[in-house]
Amino acid sequence: MGIFEAILLTIITAATPLVIAALGELVVERSGVLNLGVEGMMIIGAATGFAVAVITGSTLLGVLAAIGAGMALAAIFGLLALGLAANQVATGLALTILGLGLSGLIGAGFIGAKRDPMAKIVVPWLSDIPIVGKVFFAQDPIVYFSVVLALGVWWFLFKSRAGLVLRAVGESHGSAHSLGLPVLRIRFIAVLFGGACAGLAGAYLSLAYTPFWSPGMTAGRGWIALAIVVFASWLPFRAVIGAYLFGGVTILQLHAQARGWPVPSQVMSALPYLATIIVLVVISGVRRGGTQAPASLGVPFVPDR
Amino acid sequence: MRLVLERRADRPTWLVVASPLIAVALTLVAGAILFALLGKNPVAALTAYFIDPLSDGWALQELSVKATPLILIGVGLILCYLSNNWNIGAEGQLVMGAIFGGSVALATHGVPNGPWVLPVMLAAGALGGMLLALVPAILKTRFGANEILTSLMLVYVAELTLDYLVRGPWRDPKGFNFPQSVSFEPEATVPLLVGGGRAHIGFLIALVAVVVAAIVMARTLKGFEIRLVGEAPRAARFAGFDDRRTTWFVFAVSGALAGLAGILEVAGPMGQLQPTVSPGYGFTAIIVAFLGRLNPIGALIAGLFLALTFIGGENAQIMMRIPLDVTRVFQGLLLFFVLACDTFILYRLAVVRQETAA
Repeated sequence: MGIFEAILLTIITAATPLVIAALGELVVERSGVLNLGVEGMMIIGAATGFAVAVITGSTLLGVLAAIGAGMALAAIFGLLALGLAANQVATGLALTILGLGLSGLIGAGFIGAKRDPMAKIVVPWLSDIPIVGKVFFAQDPIVYFSVVLALGVWWFLFKSRAGLVLRAVGESHGSAHSLGLPVLRIRFIAVLFGGACAGLAGAYLSLAYTPFWSPGMTAGRGWIALAIVVFASWLPFRAVIGAYLFGGVTILQLHAQARGWPVPSQVMSALPYLATIIVLVVISGVRRGGTQAPASLGVPFVPDR
Repeated sequence: MRLVLERRADRPTWLVVASPLIAVALTLVAGAILFALLGKNPVAALTAYFIDPLSDGWALQELSVKATPLILIGVGLILCYLSNNWNIGAEGQLVMGAIFGGSVALATHGVPNGPWVLPVMLAAGALGGMLLALVPAILKTRFGANEILTSLMLVYVAELTLDYLVRGPWRDPKGFNFPQSVSFEPEATVPLLVGGGRAHIGFLIALVAVVVAAIVMARTLKGFEIRLVGEAPRAARFAGFDDRRTTWFVFAVSGALAGLAGILEVAGPMGQLQPTVSPGYGFTAIIVAFLGRLNPIGALIAGLFLALTFIGGENAQIMMRIPLDVTRVFQGLLLFFVLACDTFILYRLAVVRQETAA
């Protein structure tokens, strides 16, 4: 396996959870809701997914359980931030704290347990093409799914009527309400979708990326996914590009260690976080004056009958 | 028939006081259910968590030790949140305070020094926290970068910086390769309140911070400015307040307080630098700020209560083999209930009989 191929493969595995979590949060934010609890939903997905997969021996059940766990946390967020119009920033933080705690409880019995990583779907012949064969035609199902998800989210948001409604709710919940649209119901569904995506992203971490559970294994990826949404100007394909850029920064660390670069490992570990800050500054600076953020983002809505 | 939120005409005073208490009560109920699910006796577990730690003098001292950073940081965060500045990177500012203050302790180690060392350390710690907090503040006012994300990202950067220093240049050469610095000299450690205990003067500093913040918020123009910028930014601009300066001010103050908490932790209970200097005080302080209803006196009480969850968590782990993660679950649940109860200060639930569009 050539070095180029190896780098591409590691970028894909590092980027896939970011792609999925960012796309989920993108839909949530397009509906006008800021859920800062991605990190919490992601890690509960990682813990639940791994625990269920170990108990049942089925990767599929693990993935489904992770999605369910992410949605359950998202539902709590929805009840509070939508049903009770609580401060979305604070509610999202509470979700992250709760998710980190619960994941520790769920995962406690599974530290040290090992599984084989998720089986890859190898397309015959095509995967034998030099360099790109393995990259495009021998990935695990979630990687393929992330591509489908990106296409699906794009189609939904910009080509379907339901997507138009969702965006209208995110831009001006007052107007949408006047038109008779069920603002809170639409937002709740969007929040559940975000939770499902974050849970799936977590499952990818514990079932495919590193096939074991370790506490705190999301290591801020949920927060980076939030930054990617800003970076992407709330556009799905840019979110994919952003996720792959961050994936590239993340794996620099591995390759630097493998090559024995004379840089402290902590500097390499800090790169994704520093890159996030730099990207946010550049993107925000470029857009000074006009922002592409949904106009009602983060504003609680209480319907006045 | 459906339930909808209906805005109250007034804010009932009794509810403003009662809502955090109701939130605590609901958290305890949820906690009891959680313990039952874990297969533990809920009554015994709650006793181990919330009663045992209060039953002797040693534990009360420990309470003040744990409450000190929570109160200091919580007070600073209140100023941020009231002015609509979402500093959630206090954990990193705490670590940077430990690094800056610790550097003074290490620089004066083994050379003739005097009683000036500790004050310089505390000042350096506050400066370190302030400088790190000013980064998201300036990025927000200058470039419009989201302060939530930038302040949080800096937590990881600060933690990795400390990790590098303690494993690398600052490691104790005689420390058997353990990743820790030399133990600080007596001049570089915080005096204890009572001999033989663990409570230190940091708690008094935290009390001073509470009083000063309470006076500033209730009686001064600065306090009015902070509130106004948060509640009505346009009105604040018309009134001649520069909201960018307000942002810098609240970030600088909260960063300095977090940095102070960091160096107090290192120069107090720890007495040396280690790769990890906080069990998440900077994040828990966010809950302190909200449970205290964004009021400095409230933060004092809330800080003591959340300190109890840390000590209770350790106690329950030792006594009943309850995993330490339960503490985090408790804290997350508590914040949920606080936010939920706050809604009912502004709104009441009303039953609607006729089906109308949502």
